[in-house]
Amino acid sequence: MPTTTSARDAAKAHVAAGATRAGRRPGVRGSTLSFWLFTGPFLTGLAVFVYIPIGWSAYLSFFEARFTVTPSTFVGFDNYTYMLTNDRFTDSLVTFTVFAAFIVPVTWALSLGLALMVDRLRFMRAFFRSVFFLPTAVSFVAASLIWKMSVFSGVRFGLANTFLGWFGVENIAWLADPDPPWYWLVIVSVRLWLQAGFYMILFLAALQNIPPELYEAAAIDGAKPGWQTFRHITLPQLRATSTAVVLLLLVAAYQAFDEFFNLLSKTTWGRPPLVELYYTALGENQDYGAGSAGAVILTVLICGVTLVQGRFMGFGRNEDSR
Amino acid sequence: MSALSSSDRSRRSVLRAAAGLAALGPLAACGGNTGREGGGSGKNLVQYFHAYGEAGTEQAIKRYAKAYDGANVSTQWITGSNFESKLFSALLTKNAPDVFEFHPQIQMVKSGQVAPLDDIIDPVKDDFNPADIASHTIDGKVWGVRMIDDPQFLYYRPSLLEKAGIEPPGTLDELVEAAAKLTTGKVKGLFLGNTITPVMNPLIWATGADTLTDSNEIAYHTDEVAAGLGKLRTMFKAGHLLLDAPADWWDPSALTQGLVAMQWCGMWAMPVIQKALGDDIGIIPFPVAAEGGKPAVTNGGWSMFVNAKAKDVDLAKEYVKWLWIDQKKYQEDWALSYGFHIPPRTSLAASATKLKSGLPAEGVKLFTDYGHFDNPAWTQAMIVALEGVVADSVRKGGDPEAALDKADATVGRELKKLFG
Repeated sequence: MPTTTSARDAAKAHVAAGATRAGRRPGVRGSTLSFWLFTGPFLTGLAVFVYIPIGWSAYLSFFEARFTVTPSTFVGFDNYTYMLTNDRFTDSLVTFTVFAAFIVPVTWALSLGLALMVDRLRFMRAFFRSVFFLPTAVSFVAASLIWKMSVFSGVRFGLANTFLGWFGVENIAWLADPDPPWYWLVIVSVRLWLQAGFYMILFLAALQNIPPELYEAAAIDGAKPGWQTFRHITLPQLRATSTAVVLLLLVAAYQAFDEFFNLLSKTTWGRPPLVELYYTALGENQDYGAGSAGAVILTVLICGVTLVQGRFMGFGRNEDSR
Repeated sequence: MSALSSSDRSRRSVLRAAAGLAALGPLAACGGNTGREGGGSGKNLVQYFHAYGEAGTEQAIKRYAKAYDGANVSTQWITGSNFESKLFSALLTKNAPDVFEFHPQIQMVKSGQVAPLDDIIDPVKDDFNPADIASHTIDGKVWGVRMIDDPQFLYYRPSLLEKAGIEPPGTLDELVEAAAKLTTGKVKGLFLGNTITPVMNPLIWATGADTLTDSNEIAYHTDEVAAGLGKLRTMFKAGHLLLDAPADWWDPSALTQGLVAMQWCGMWAMPVIQKALGDDIGIIPFPVAAEGGKPAVTNGGWSMFVNAKAKDVDLAKEYVKWLWIDQKKYQEDWALSYGFHIPPRTSLAASATKLKSGLPAEGVKLFTDYGHFDNPAWTQAMIVALEGVVADSVRKGGDPEAALDKADATVGRELKKLFG
């Protein structure tokens, strides 16, 4: 996908440049006006819904702000000390890391696998593509409730327990009992079901963009079809898409909230940072100061990780990355 | 590429349509039903209720509201298990409810979120259960009008107990034993909720301890409570508790569907249970959990509060007075026609024939003999801290002492903020 997009953009830019040189030059004032006309509404929205809240949150983090968002007691770095020494907040960072370590590679592999299979289909391709893509349209909340109340319910007529019952396995409390941590199975499987299809479409598009000449040339050079071709032709050709998919998956994992919130109730475990901050700031505690401090810490962490990742994976660097 | 482009185009048009819809969203929200326009006398009120499980409750609340002439009252019926969070965050916004139901908690008073209601309660103060008045009195003022009292206790199936050859348990040890004996292939012994948290307070009371002392210091952290948590863990680990049930403890489904022999639930579920199981149902308080302890019942319930920042506080108070103080017919209907609740008004409780005999009468007796009312100093943040104790020690199997220590830190921080 990114390959096509950026190639197309480059071509467009080229044409545009040519056209400007050859054709009439629009007035400077006109283009400034259009610039503001087109970006103005977006920038206003960005400022009102993104930058002001971030600034407000940073401001709140230095105040004692309970049950109010217009606080008056300045407490300096107290909220930061509290959050950084708060086991639950630091645990949530660990939870997130574990979750990302599971979900990112598994979704990557599954969606690539699905894409390869659908790509090879000679008939009903559109049907299978849609079938795998459809879960993307389901809301996380609805899926979580189905997973919780019917698929992985702990009673004897829950789907998973019924199935295991045929093999004489005792009923399992999938979500209530954290030992063994079955709840990860529930959380990972629901997200996998919901998002694998979307990334499959990305891979499918990239697969269809690999020039058939490459495979022909490889075949002539004696590369065996199957693993060898996949390893040396397909995978390298998918590099740009893979990088984008991994990045998107990481972002999605960072934003994970719904399934954790709906599947796990009244636990002290299995809470990624956003859920933890929700409970601190918006839940029963209504501690907007501590919650904002946590949000600022999280923001700093995300910025750091993104920068490091950009260095290693070369995302954002232009042509030399592929 | 050429094969792609047609689907590419349609995908792009889908995206464009989606973006267009997203842009329209806020506009639609502006025109939506905010309950603020037209009708009635031109004055408007918004009330928040959590979703009661009993059939007909939502219609009833809306019917009462419609009968009020003084204003156009619209009802938000909040579904889901996190009514607290939704209410608390709504109270900070301009769209906050004018009146809402909740439990008496001191932080709402300290942060100026609720208005004192002495002027509307004073004339009928003597007609209220004194315990309900006491639990709503903070700094000498009354802050809420109790609508219903909801005792919570253990339901059990006498037929199943008889089959297992046991008596209704009188101590926590006997409860552990009973849960084991009552667990068979298809039926679990006991259901204490999916999170086990509903019995945290009863456990504390049944050991003879309390959540806080009279001078608002931590009182729940005792060796007996730690030992009690250990016993809950025994049942949890042994697989004698029903877990991950599709309907949680406040719903009698687990009992009526024959999934368990005993369940912690509320008096509200009694009509449904009696209808499903007939005579095969009995109730007991949470059994004694330590020497010197007493059986315990949670006297929960819901009260009406007025948002101190409501646009028209007097109008909101007027409505609360009209419905929950003057309209005894509606109060009786609310307490007895759907689930069973004990009316906090002594005059209504006296005339409630449905609660005068059989199992409901036993429920009222448990409420009077063993019930513990809300302590307004025990706030939501502290409740959540003890829920963490249950999670850590009963579900995760950690050391109860360590879990209680952790809760002490949170509760201590709260107490310091509230009382200095």
